[in-house]
Amino acid sequence: MIGTGLRRRISRVLWRRPRLRLGLLLGGPLVWLLVAYIGSLIALLVTSLYHYQDDPTGLVQHLSTSPSATNYRRLLDQHVYRDVAFRTIGAALTVTVIDLLVALPVAFYIAKLAAPWLRRVLVVAVTMPLWAGYLVKGYAWRAILDPAGGVLHQVFGHSPGFGLSGTTLTLAYLWLPYMIIPIYAGLERLPNSLLEASTDLGAKAATTFARIVLPQLLPSIVAGSIFTFALTLGDFYMNQIVGGTTQFLGNVVYREFSANLPFAAAYATLPIVIMVAYLLGARSTGALEEL
Amino acid sequence: MYVSRLARSVLGAFTALVLLVLYFPIAYIARLSVNTAKTYAWPPRGFTLEWWRAAAHASGPRDALVRSLETALLASTIALILGTLASFALTRHRFFGRNVVSLMAVLPIALPGIVTGIALNSGFHRVGVNLSLFTLVVAHATFCIVIVYNNVAARLRRLAPSLEEASADLGADIFQTFGYVTFPLMRSALVAGGLLAFALSFDEIIVTTFTAGAGFETLPLWIFNNMFRPNNLPLVNVVATVVVLLSIVPVYIAQRLSDGVVGATGH
Repeated sequence: MIGTGLRRRISRVLWRRPRLRLGLLLGGPLVWLLVAYIGSLIALLVTSLYHYQDDPTGLVQHLSTSPSATNYRRLLDQHVYRDVAFRTIGAALTVTVIDLLVALPVAFYIAKLAAPWLRRVLVVAVTMPLWAGYLVKGYAWRAILDPAGGVLHQVFGHSPGFGLSGTTLTLAYLWLPYMIIPIYAGLERLPNSLLEASTDLGAKAATTFARIVLPQLLPSIVAGSIFTFALTLGDFYMNQIVGGTTQFLGNVVYREFSANLPFAAAYATLPIVIMVAYLLGARSTGALEEL
Repeated sequence: MYVSRLARSVLGAFTALVLLVLYFPIAYIARLSVNTAKTYAWPPRGFTLEWWRAAAHASGPRDALVRSLETALLASTIALILGTLASFALTRHRFFGRNVVSLMAVLPIALPGIVTGIALNSGFHRVGVNLSLFTLVVAHATFCIVIVYNNVAARLRRLAPSLEEASADLGADIFQTFGYVTFPLMRSALVAGGLLAFALSFDEIIVTTFTAGAGFETLPLWIFNNMFRPNNLPLVNVVATVVVLLSIVPVYIAQRLSDGVVGATGH
């Protein structure tokens, strides 16, 4: 232990110099994020400019590190990569819409209709499955969707089976709590008096919902959609488990990762661009404070 | 706003249905772990502890469990330290570039896991570090920081600075104020953030795929590598149940902690 006198002296210095205090607090995390994370993202972008070139003999390929847009050109020229990208973005949008439609009534019931004791129970109940094994839940959906002996087929006589709809359904299931939680938090902050005033002024429940609740909820909805959208955009495990032969952007990146890293890196910049644009747009709605 | 009785019942029933859907897959796997049949076909049959006994003696899942615990413990410890420091800096200070820093802290979870994974992989590759437990822990800590940061920052925002000012006015130095006033008030948020970071790391597989060394199989990776082998399905069911239990217990405690303190600070 350091002596009291020294401790007091250090304390006085820190007290008088808020900048020094800030530097000591922020230094560690900032260096970690800059070096480990931002540094890695830059390394990824640099790698994406490399490409494999045929050796003059034509028998082997060697890695050329002179920057070129070869990989990006290949991505634009070959329509299979465009198709995969659009399929992935489409799935991300579908998952987000499904989750929003399910989350809105559930969050509304929990925040505004359930008794206080029930509300506490429900919030915990909705949050817990989020943490209960991503892969375990994917595996469980394999058991549910399997057209041969799976739960849906045995109980209801029909299952969407393994394919794009199976993956979309499973991903919507996986990310649902991410949408419910911020919307619940937003609704909880919304004063009941506002809703009552709207009713007193003659608005029906649907009108109040559309004109009072929804606009106030926008930041929460955007916050939830960041998760549902981003997580779907980058997923490649669920296609392997319940997607049959469906390919998402992540599957291509994963496959090319060991075969042709620069190409995989170039393809991985697409989700980065989409998400950074999404985050910048989301920031103006105040959604980032809701994360 | 007035919600009719009927609408109330419909919304209540819908919520109950959604909860059923949320829990059924998890419960089904737990049920399968004591199933006598070796497949996951519906309906489950009988009851046996045979697979749990077999799993207890299988070295594959046990080694994977140790690796996962190791990784999660180290990563959540680092995240706890860095996340707490960041939350103090960002809630107690106003400075140029503050928004950029907070955006940067969110980035590792806002960007898809595959981006984080492949970026860190290229980063390690570039500085010539071979993939190992070390690289895996660095990767996990990077996306766990924001979990701790969110929990602690939320608590700090609720704590009135007047408490700390009163402590200083009464003659306490910075360290005494932290030890006697701030830390006790934020302790449960630290524990909650640490537990959530632990659970997140324990469960992670996408970033892990790109940053764990060859042959370094964590528990989620073990499940994935075995779920397509029909003979290993009973074992997979047991391991999956263990994963659920080990992630859900810390999260449940974290939930209780965050709730308890919300009352204590007068909110």
